[in-house]
Amino acid sequence: MNSLILRTATPFLVGLTVLFSIFVLLRGHNVPGGGFIGGLVGASAFAIYTINEGVAATRRAMIAHPVAIAGFGLFIAGLSGVASLVFGDAFMTGQWWFPAFAPDLKYLSTVVLFDIGVYLVVVGAIVAIIMGLEETE
Amino acid sequence: MFENAGWLVVWPVLIPILGAALAAAAWGSERAQSTIGVAGLGAQLVASIALFTHVWNHGVVAMSMGGWQAPFGIALAADTLGAGLTLVGSFVGLIVALHGIGTTDTAHRRAGFFPLLLALMAGVAGAFLTSDIFNLYVWFEVTLISSFGLIVLGGRREQIDGAVKYAFLNLIATTLLLIAIGLLYGLTGTLNMADLSEKVASLPRDSTLETVALLFLVSLGMKAALFPLYFWLPAAYHTPLPTVSAIFAALLTKVGVYALIRVFALVFPENGDMARDAMIWVAVATMVLGALGALAEQDIRRFVSFTVVSGVGVMVGGLAIGTEKAFLGTVFYFVHSIMISAALFIAAGMIAQAGKATRIEELAGLYKRAPFLAVAFLIVGLSLAGVPPLAGFWPKVYLVQAGLDAGSAVLVAGILLSGFLTLVAVGRAFSLIFWRAGEDETPIPDAGALAKGSLGGFAVMTLVIGLYAAPVVEMSSRSAGELLSPDAYIKTVLGKTALGSPSAARAEDVPTAALSGLKEETR
Repeated sequence: MNSLILRTATPFLVGLTVLFSIFVLLRGHNVPGGGFIGGLVGASAFAIYTINEGVAATRRAMIAHPVAIAGFGLFIAGLSGVASLVFGDAFMTGQWWFPAFAPDLKYLSTVVLFDIGVYLVVVGAIVAIIMGLEETE
Repeated sequence: MFENAGWLVVWPVLIPILGAALAAAAWGSERAQSTIGVAGLGAQLVASIALFTHVWNHGVVAMSMGGWQAPFGIALAADTLGAGLTLVGSFVGLIVALHGIGTTDTAHRRAGFFPLLLALMAGVAGAFLTSDIFNLYVWFEVTLISSFGLIVLGGRREQIDGAVKYAFLNLIATTLLLIAIGLLYGLTGTLNMADLSEKVASLPRDSTLETVALLFLVSLGMKAALFPLYFWLPAAYHTPLPTVSAIFAALLTKVGVYALIRVFALVFPENGDMARDAMIWVAVATMVLGALGALAEQDIRRFVSFTVVSGVGVMVGGLAIGTEKAFLGTVFYFVHSIMISAALFIAAGMIAQAGKATRIEELAGLYKRAPFLAVAFLIVGLSLAGVPPLAGFWPKVYLVQAGLDAGSAVLVAGILLSGFLTLVAVGRAFSLIFWRAGEDETPIPDAGALAKGSLGGFAVMTLVIGLYAAPVVEMSSRSAGELLSPDAYIKTVLGKTALGSPSAARAEDVPTAALSGLKEETR
């Protein structure tokens, strides 16, 4: 697409959207948690980038293939459930660590790891779809 | 640490998910994907063996995800049926993966054959092992989505055509299933099948419950390819790669049949009379029309599709009778059918490759040119028709006996007639493809060790199970007993068992002790 406004705004939009998506990922509805919605926001940043710069540029920007990113995310999400094995709990039981130096920190847990996994799955899958749609045009 | 036996039920589902994730993460490197695929399915087989051994020795295993106790949380649970089918399923999955290495080409693997196959196996194991009916729907979706990917691998025109029919019908079926689950949830307020079993029994036997039961029969019957909604199967299953057809025929319709067994044995053991009455006619129509379709079919792979439909009818017929012997026959047939359907599609693929045609009339004289294929196809085909001493014979004996005991002449006639028609159809296909003299007599180049080995492996398995049926009979008989009296399953899933939770027993003691102490103080 060739639009001066979009082209000028894209660098700002993409950077801010990705940053915001990470905020949503960590904040979510309950603190922490928001992998899915954060992933959607993140994917929309790449969508803007793809529309403006084309598929090849997005592929370069993402470094890895989007399906590989989604696969990696699924792997992290799956592994986060296995952590409870070590503590004798059921599969997917959240394990939390509140370090002594920062007892209010809510982000050192398998729950956040799971959400990061979901985030990557959503970003990877949606960007793969967007790229597929853009390429066929 | 590491003492929770419930983890055994998680691994057969989790390993293929992690494998699919890793294989997808290795996108672009087909060598790594093949390695992960075979290693993942091998690990799933090991996990299934461990699960089955534990269930066999210690009874039902269950685990609530995240420690949220069922019926509020989602629990995975394995009884003999679930664990046994997971074992057979993962065995077939591994063989099909090896066959896939031998027969798929680079383009298919680049398009994600192994990640999709692993995801499909995760969905199948999840469906066999879940105790939550909504979770069952989710696993159906997992298998469905990965099967969409698998069916179009290769991207030929007829594949897309088959995929559209397959996808459309299956999406309607899952929507109906979701409606049925929603209505059932509205009636009972629970989704856990063990809990449903107790709650549905206490509901008034009215038309609402009958409707829900019928909706389950229609939606799961569509997935299982029952009459009159089976037409999508012969329209789609002959189009994908032979490997993909093999795993579809082995496991996808079977998941539908398994869900029918679970729903009607556990959730509606007493209710759903209309659905039950309809079921026997539907089953007989499916087995006879499937066999007739096979007899009339000219395309070798569509011929195999129709025999798969016929087998679904036999299993559902046993479910409709619902006695212990009928369930025994059904479960045995289930095990037999998983292996034989995969073997037949592998054989059909090899025939099409060897004769460079898929229409039976264009194929001839393959006996001289491919003797191994001829013998293996004959063994597998005769086992399908139920000829002794092959594995297909025994379940039909039990089912016919069960039909006679229950006074169901329709089922007995249906099984015998469909068996006869299948025998004629197999005989016709064999004599036309292999015995009829062909013009070309040059030997066919070897199909490859992996393709031959997987077909030969299934042929040997069906012969061995036929000659030494005792272990499968014992496993089926125990499954049948558990299906008819699911108390152990219900107790374990709902965490009521005294065996697994000594802490619960202690917790019950505490209030009594406190109360008696209180009484003494007041005195």
